[in-house]
Amino acid sequence: MAGEHGHKLHFHGHSPVHRAPAHLKLLALLGFMLVVVATPGSWYPAFAGYLALLVGVIAVSRVPWGYLLPRMVVEVPFVVFAVLMPFIATGPQTEFLGLTVSQHGLTAGTALLMKGTLGVLASLTLAATTEPHALLAGLTRLRLPHQLVQIMAFMIRYLDVVTDEMRRMRIARESRGFRARSVRQWPVLASSASALFIRSYERGERVHLAMLARGYDPQAEVR
Amino acid sequence: MSTPVLDVRGLAYAYPDGHQALFGVNLHVHAGERVALLGPNGAGKTTLVLHLNGILAPGAGTVAVSGLPVEKKNLQEIRRRVGIVFQDPDDQLFSATVRDDVAFGPRNLGLRGEALDRRVADALEQVGMNEYADRPPHHLSFGQRRRVAVATVLAMEPEILVLDEPSSNLDPASRRELAEILTALDVTVLMVTHDLPYALELCPRSVVLSDGVIVADGATTDVLTDADLMRAHRLELPFAFDPRAVPLSRGF
Repeated sequence: MAGEHGHKLHFHGHSPVHRAPAHLKLLALLGFMLVVVATPGSWYPAFAGYLALLVGVIAVSRVPWGYLLPRMVVEVPFVVFAVLMPFIATGPQTEFLGLTVSQHGLTAGTALLMKGTLGVLASLTLAATTEPHALLAGLTRLRLPHQLVQIMAFMIRYLDVVTDEMRRMRIARESRGFRARSVRQWPVLASSASALFIRSYERGERVHLAMLARGYDPQAEVR
Repeated sequence: MSTPVLDVRGLAYAYPDGHQALFGVNLHVHAGERVALLGPNGAGKTTLVLHLNGILAPGAGTVAVSGLPVEKKNLQEIRRRVGIVFQDPDDQLFSATVRDDVAFGPRNLGLRGEALDRRVADALEQVGMNEYADRPPHHLSFGQRRRVAVATVLAMEPEILVLDEPSSNLDPASRRELAEILTALDVTVLMVTHDLPYALELCPRSVVLSDGVIVADGATTDVLTDADLMRAHRLELPFAFDPRAVPLSRGF
């Protein structure tokens, strides 16, 4: 089971950033990301400005860097891609740290890295300062269709149940001497995944049944 | 006698794949009774339960709750009258907080504002979970989740509470706490279970369902001490458990 407070990405606190209404934070994140993505990749001072702004917000939120930085590993696939770009892109060549690389690749890779890092850091800040159910309430206030909000609510609610089930299945596999060492063991993992999928699907049906039993009418608007 | 809370007559049902689960079930439960529904795995207990609030529609026969037939046009009222607590509380608890989950049923019945808050508080009070109202359900212990699941149904003020394996996966202390909660409730109870000592403790009357028909209906002590009946329907008491050595059911 997860800790006391909601979710693994959430860092409990009472800063102004934590207290700000969730829908405003969502809009701020969306606006920030649109501006970052729309900025041409070579406007380095602009990116420095964005980063300064973000660092300022994080400082106010008092979420420790030691908490945010390890969670930035989700960006790794993008980093790998960005680092490869100067080597695989074509066009005019240039010298960089003693290596001959593609000039277009270098600018594109740098831009991807900067925009990606800003995006990940901004999203993590939102997640760290906003409880999942507050985010859902914020999305409702932003008039996101009710069905979509409900689907997200179910996802958050059952994420722990499904990961717990996945963990128990892994333990049961390993208790019978299974180790996923090579590609040859992938079929076992694949059938575990399909079993998990079917179980989750069936659970979905049981949850629906339990909702109907308490008079849920899918046609009626709940709120 | 007065109109039974639960009146099942000649109920038969076959699943769409052709598997026939019920072959003409007759069952009457009167107000204030606590009845155990016993039977081996695959006897059709869950199928029967799903007919009580119209999730499944009978192939033949009728179901009525306090005189109101279980039909499409009555479904909303039927589902208020029949409160089903499912076996896995995780199937029943899906909201961000305990309070939202308990409010789900009464909200579907159209309750809002203060009346809704009062229902939620009362239901949580009855299961002793008031102080957990703002916690996310998935952070509670299994026993607490089971109790909240009972509260989600009590909040609809049902006329009959149907419990599917209420004691499964509970530790002995949670099992006893749930028994105390259930005996304190002023509501008719139908309890589906394999836990025969629990049936004896809570329900003065037991009904045995086997292969889609009711094969016994009587005092729980009589049913559990009928060795031939028990053996014929794959019912077994725990090792060294003697129903005759047990004092009368709780609250009686």
